[in-house]
Amino acid sequence: MKTVSLPVAYMPLVDAAPLIAAQEMGFAEAEGLTLDLVAAPSWSSVRDMLAFGRVDAAQLLSPVPVTMALGLGGVTTAMSAVSVLSVNGNVIGVSRALEARLRQVGHPFDFADAAAAGAALAAVAGGRLTFGVPFPFSMHVELLHVWFSATPLSAVDVEIRTVPPPLMAQALAAGDIDAFCVGEPWGSVSVEGGSGALLLPGRAIWRFAPEKVLATRTEWAETEPHLLGRLMRAVWRAGRWLSQPDSRTAAAELLSRGKWLDVPSEVIDRALSGHMVISASGETRETPGFLEFHRGAANFPWRSQAKWIASQVASRTGQDPAEAMDRAARVFRSDLYRAAMHGTGADLPGASEKLEGTLAHPTPVASVAGRVILEGDGFFDGRVFDPSPG
Amino acid sequence: MTAPLSIVVVEEDRDRAIAIVDALKDSGDYDVHVIGNVTGLARKIAAFLPDVVLIDIDNPTRDMLEELTLASGPLERPVAMFVSGAAGGLARAAVEAGVSAYVVDGLQPERLKPVMDAAIARFQMMRQMRTELDETRRALEERKVIDRAKGLLMKAKGIGEDEAYAILRKAAMDQGRKVAEVAEALVTAAGLLQ
Repeated sequence: MKTVSLPVAYMPLVDAAPLIAAQEMGFAEAEGLTLDLVAAPSWSSVRDMLAFGRVDAAQLLSPVPVTMALGLGGVTTAMSAVSVLSVNGNVIGVSRALEARLRQVGHPFDFADAAAAGAALAAVAGGRLTFGVPFPFSMHVELLHVWFSATPLSAVDVEIRTVPPPLMAQALAAGDIDAFCVGEPWGSVSVEGGSGALLLPGRAIWRFAPEKVLATRTEWAETEPHLLGRLMRAVWRAGRWLSQPDSRTAAAELLSRGKWLDVPSEVIDRALSGHMVISASGETRETPGFLEFHRGAANFPWRSQAKWIASQVASRTGQDPAEAMDRAARVFRSDLYRAAMHGTGADLPGASEKLEGTLAHPTPVASVAGRVILEGDGFFDGRVFDPSPG
Repeated sequence: MTAPLSIVVVEEDRDRAIAIVDALKDSGDYDVHVIGNVTGLARKIAAFLPDVVLIDIDNPTRDMLEELTLASGPLERPVAMFVSGAAGGLARAAVEAGVSAYVVDGLQPERLKPVMDAAIARFQMMRQMRTELDETRRALEERKVIDRAKGLLMKAKGIGEDEAYAILRKAAMDQGRKVAEVAEALVTAAGLLQ
């Protein structure tokens, strides 16, 4: 079969797996596509390649298309987030010096309790902390703000600084930053290199945080609906394949190749399995749901997720929250998702918005095909976000 | 009379940095600063209060500059990436040449044009040189490995150089591979057999 070649930009991270698996495991070919995957040196570069038409689709940090719609950052081309590629998958890590101080005050490094970890970190911080994150518009930044706001860290003078993940370990070792929030494999790489210890998984702060999205230019989504549908279905099937426990070993081997991540498969397997190694002495912790590619309607782009991001960002930049949420809701395209996924067996919830943070456990809700089980989506402090207040 | 434009160039390679600065100075009266060490980049840049920031598009530290686009960020006047429609083809030319420019809010396009023209020309030249260097290096390495493979064949079979090359070329043609690849395989295999 003759296939259409589609250029797609990505960052070499574990959560680029749905794009890589879509191409390598034949899901793209089954839809008559060849994904020409272009690795980018930076998130600005991914965004620019998409905005200027060098590529037609890209893996983006979920807040990027939202903040572009709010007029923030360098480029403001209209973007559509057509599906969520991955949920969760970030880690918060600290320098070896902070690790030692945390152990002195008896912190157990349980890699689970965000409230206790925040209190302990605030107690040993000495009044100020600098966190490294990969990009100013990222779920990493949003998770940190949620964590700070509901722990004694709110009283610490905290600075968040952008550091490209490959330079994170070096910045930590040099004392430029005290801690970081990054996606895998970079957290595990810092543990392996002996420069840091892992304190929390992202999901300890928000149990179901949309991390990366599949994005296209809105104009392209409108002119190429069929091509887009094929891409979305190929990527969705790749996510479903990745979510099966039997696929894990193959997926870790595939991603570890020099052509893709060029990181040992054992290190990649940690994020895929949730068996995390958190310190240089080799302590391990189990985090089920560390990184989700499929379960719990993970790929559905909830408009309420976009609104949550917008309300967080607007509260810091001084924009009108209602207007920001309104603009953001149009970026997460649950309408395009429903259209493309109809008939594939994908979970299609009855609603396109939900209260974020109310589900303590996996919960069945109404869907087009009867019922869909949503995973727990609670925030660690019990907050609830209502996308349609008043 | 307005003050000369203040330009910051982010470039770790000293020679490349000098080349860019020279090109800019040739095109006008500018106040040019180079930042080579990217630790705390956004703050270092903010200290110069630049009108324009130039950086290689493939530089991973570009993400640090995004902080400058926030009004609440370290810079007094936020910068935007240079993509404005008014500048027309200039923005695309910049991207193609491999230079990304961040420009301070409200800078007149006519003051920016000579800066961008000079930067684009220089980055294009550097990109070309880098590609040529890579290609030359690869060609040299290929020739080296082909020479070694020829030597192995000459010794093993007691034949001349031309004949040895003919064998390599025929094997390459039969297998649909490059001569250098066949030579590489032979050299590796010979190493294992020693």
